[in-house]
Amino acid sequence: MKKQYETVIGLEVHIELATRTKIFCGCSTAFGSAPNTHVCPVCAGMPGSLPVLNRRVVEYAMAVGLATNCRISPLCRFDRKNYFYPDNPQNYQISQLYLPICRDGHIDIETETGTKSIGIHEIHMEEDAGKLTHDDWAGETNVDFNRSGVPLIEVVSEPDMRSADEVIAYLDKLRLIAQYLGASDCKLQEGSMRADVNLSVRPAGSDVLGTRTEMKNLNSFKAITRAVENERERQIEILEAGGRVVQETRRWDDNKERSYPMRSKEDAKDYRYFPEPDLPPVMISREWIESVKKRQPELRDQKKKRYVSQYGLPAYDADILTSDKKLADLFEETLAYCSNPKKVSNWLMVETIRLAREHGIGIDQVDFSPANLGKLICLQDKGTINGTVAKEIFAVIFADDVDPQKYVEEHGLLAVTDEEAVRRAVVQAMEANPQSVADYLSGKKKAMGFLVGQTMRAMGGRADPALVNRLVSEALDEAAAK
Amino acid sequence: MREIRRWPAAELAGRIKKREIKAGEAAAAYLEQLRTAEPELNSFITVDEEGAMAQADRIQALVDRGEDAGPLAGVPVAIKDNLCTRGLGTTCASRMLADFVPFYEATAVERLRAAGAVILGKTNMDEFAMGSTSETSAFGPVKNPWNTAHVPGGSSGGSCAAVAAGQSLCALGSDTGGSIRQPSSYCGVVGLKPTYGTVSRWGLVAYASSLDQIGPIARNVEDCALLLQAISGGDRRDSTCLGREDTDFAAGLTEDVRGLRIGIVSDYFDQGLDEQVASAVRRAAGILQRQGALVEETALSLAEYAVPAYYTIACAEASSNLSRFDGVKYGYRAGAQEGLHAMYRRTRTEGFGTEVKRRIVLGSFVLSSGYYEAYYEKALRVKALIVKAFDEALSRFDLLLGPVSPTTAPLLGNTGENPLQMYLSDIYTVSVNLAGLPAISLPCGLDAEGLPIGLQLIGRRFGEQTILRAARAYEKACGGFALSPMAERGQEAAGSEEGRKRDEKSPDGTEGKGGMPA
Repeated sequence: MKKQYETVIGLEVHIELATRTKIFCGCSTAFGSAPNTHVCPVCAGMPGSLPVLNRRVVEYAMAVGLATNCRISPLCRFDRKNYFYPDNPQNYQISQLYLPICRDGHIDIETETGTKSIGIHEIHMEEDAGKLTHDDWAGETNVDFNRSGVPLIEVVSEPDMRSADEVIAYLDKLRLIAQYLGASDCKLQEGSMRADVNLSVRPAGSDVLGTRTEMKNLNSFKAITRAVENERERQIEILEAGGRVVQETRRWDDNKERSYPMRSKEDAKDYRYFPEPDLPPVMISREWIESVKKRQPELRDQKKKRYVSQYGLPAYDADILTSDKKLADLFEETLAYCSNPKKVSNWLMVETIRLAREHGIGIDQVDFSPANLGKLICLQDKGTINGTVAKEIFAVIFADDVDPQKYVEEHGLLAVTDEEAVRRAVVQAMEANPQSVADYLSGKKKAMGFLVGQTMRAMGGRADPALVNRLVSEALDEAAAK
Repeated sequence: MREIRRWPAAELAGRIKKREIKAGEAAAAYLEQLRTAEPELNSFITVDEEGAMAQADRIQALVDRGEDAGPLAGVPVAIKDNLCTRGLGTTCASRMLADFVPFYEATAVERLRAAGAVILGKTNMDEFAMGSTSETSAFGPVKNPWNTAHVPGGSSGGSCAAVAAGQSLCALGSDTGGSIRQPSSYCGVVGLKPTYGTVSRWGLVAYASSLDQIGPIARNVEDCALLLQAISGGDRRDSTCLGREDTDFAAGLTEDVRGLRIGIVSDYFDQGLDEQVASAVRRAAGILQRQGALVEETALSLAEYAVPAYYTIACAEASSNLSRFDGVKYGYRAGAQEGLHAMYRRTRTEGFGTEVKRRIVLGSFVLSSGYYEAYYEKALRVKALIVKAFDEALSRFDLLLGPVSPTTAPLLGNTGENPLQMYLSDIYTVSVNLAGLPAISLPCGLDAEGLPIGLQLIGRRFGEQTILRAARAYEKACGGFALSPMAERGQEAAGSEEGRKRDEKSPDGTEGKGGMPA
């Protein structure tokens, strides 16, 4: 019989910071420009160039540290990590080994068994490398230094996770924290958030850690889940067969759904770390920490609670609205134009998410003005348009951000509020459906709904539903009285 | 011609501004001497006649329009070839950068140009500033203008030789472990290594970042102060640059040393010091004492640990600083290679000289896992103790005095086989870099072979003013410093037409009346 095993997982997460300029020079961090257009002597590693630390990088790192309950070091320092690779222009990376900026934090995640605290060992700042592109046709490799020097923080967790679900919950929490802080957009696919998974297994009940492997190249939450399951199985199989897990770095191939060894501990590189002599230590005063704290925006958990207490939203709504910073922003901005939180919530939770999926875009790419959604809800509230038309218009707002008032006027979509016209349609509907009238009169109250629908249909769907309801009801009462 | 080359910097700039001579004439006079002496000395890697004449014309145009042409208007300067010069080759005397032309400029060079200086060219040096003789250059060794069978010292040997031979009025060097002071001593010129952080290192190709400092080399103390003043001050591009505001070095230059407390570092006079050097340095101390300074002997512990600590730290940093030279982006790349690693290996094997490779290997070793604590970290602890020892001594003295080097300039070709011997000759200079302090080298006589001897004055952090004051007093007391005979020879060769203007020579006595104390 198979033994029971426990999986022990720790994560190293790289997060690209949303600064306008690079960590050690004034070059732009913009993504997707022509190769080597955002480079200077510093980020191209030219002789005689020197790094100058971008203050915003320190502040973002502090902000993430504070939001993850870390201790901020009053004095931190940069170190050089030496290794040769062509995407690394100086052949050393400026990082932090000995005195990182943040230490000893934790994040609470929700699991099936309740809240669990995941420890954060440290957060440190470092620079990203450039990018190599291989031109198979020309048989050459080219290097683009646009990304060289883009600021990163690395968040190193304690080995506190026990399953893929916990890993995903942790990553999602971390992503939201960074997004809410405006510190990063945290897109796994674009590489602005990258996670390496350290995993080992041990017999259930043991308190000795097994030999771990480090998994790289995980580009989506799905890939991470698959890789965790796969690596757990692989290690258990080895142990069951009486073998030993080798401490090594492995590379996940998501297409083949398996991993390959990259390098073992024996040929692990010696990075010859030493303190970066070109940068003085960074002194972080209590005042500086306080000023960052003061500017700290409301984070997800606080927001979620406030949406329930302040706006009376169901917890379910609050959870979905805050699941993406963009959605929460849209919610709050729309409230400036429309004072019905639940209605705004409905439009965002249901229609917005549905349309985004239909358009194949992420919530963060949704781009309509809250003013237009607010006006739309008001138009519906006033009965100027009905629900069907409102949905139709919202699809146009979602796609082209039109002003709903103008759109309604231009397209003749105003709800018909002319009583006489509606009354004529009601009479027609009753004459065309005597059976329904008879049903109603014999007590089948449901038949009224059919007559309302028929009336609406005759009005081309543009009649004010409340008005139709009232007139149908009046006409039926009249018929009963006869 | 020959008169022009006798004027110190302030006088030359003054005469150009008063339109007594043209900036172009000054540049031409120096370029001529540069060409004359160059075949014997090899002190330059690149001579920029065109650029120099163009800058002289710009200065002249400013003067002609009545605009301020700067404190160094028309003053010819030579630049050590590890300082980046826009559009002008910067080789670090290495095959690795033989064809490298920067598109950016070192802050110090930028400031010199802004002050009106005329850059004559780039001077030869030890490869990547690693060496004490200027023999490790890929462009051949530099010779000492006092005796071309001897080395000029290093690594700023080209800059010091150029000043001593009158090829340039002054020069910039860099000092990591004595690279300005030691060749200044060997060549009989004035060279100052400022407090770490005084001069921006932007554009200085790094050897050991925590120790490197750019400094002036001149034929007298005032020029040295003027040059230092021009290049000092804060720079946003160098985070280790301190943004000093007390950089008015020339204006504060007096020669009053009465009451100044000077400590003679007795440890420096122990074994290994050449007797002629020892007595010349003690004689110099006597001169300062007669000027009113309070001179006494003092011990400075740890001197013997300075050299190993220095080479550990400097090589560690160098191994990392020089890793960027890999054939990928710029500089030398070995021919067709199979694969990346073969390209790296061949490029670095062929691009670097022996001494550079030796230091890269040494530095990589002391940083490697398992040895870091035993070597690198221990060296850092020694460094901290040396800082403390200096702090202690300098709390009792305004200045410390000693030799620059244990001997005068050795013969060419003598140090190649024994690098350790060469390293040990840095014993009096490296601890100053480890402590980040300012120090100057001043000529204090000749040995029996006629080779210059150097006197070192070490000051407190930011104590350049005090150093320069004592240096000026000493200089005045011994009637000024003489240039090498080669500079004189060049002047004789330049003809006697201007001979009658000789009485217009500067009050500093640069006419060369053998200013060395007897």
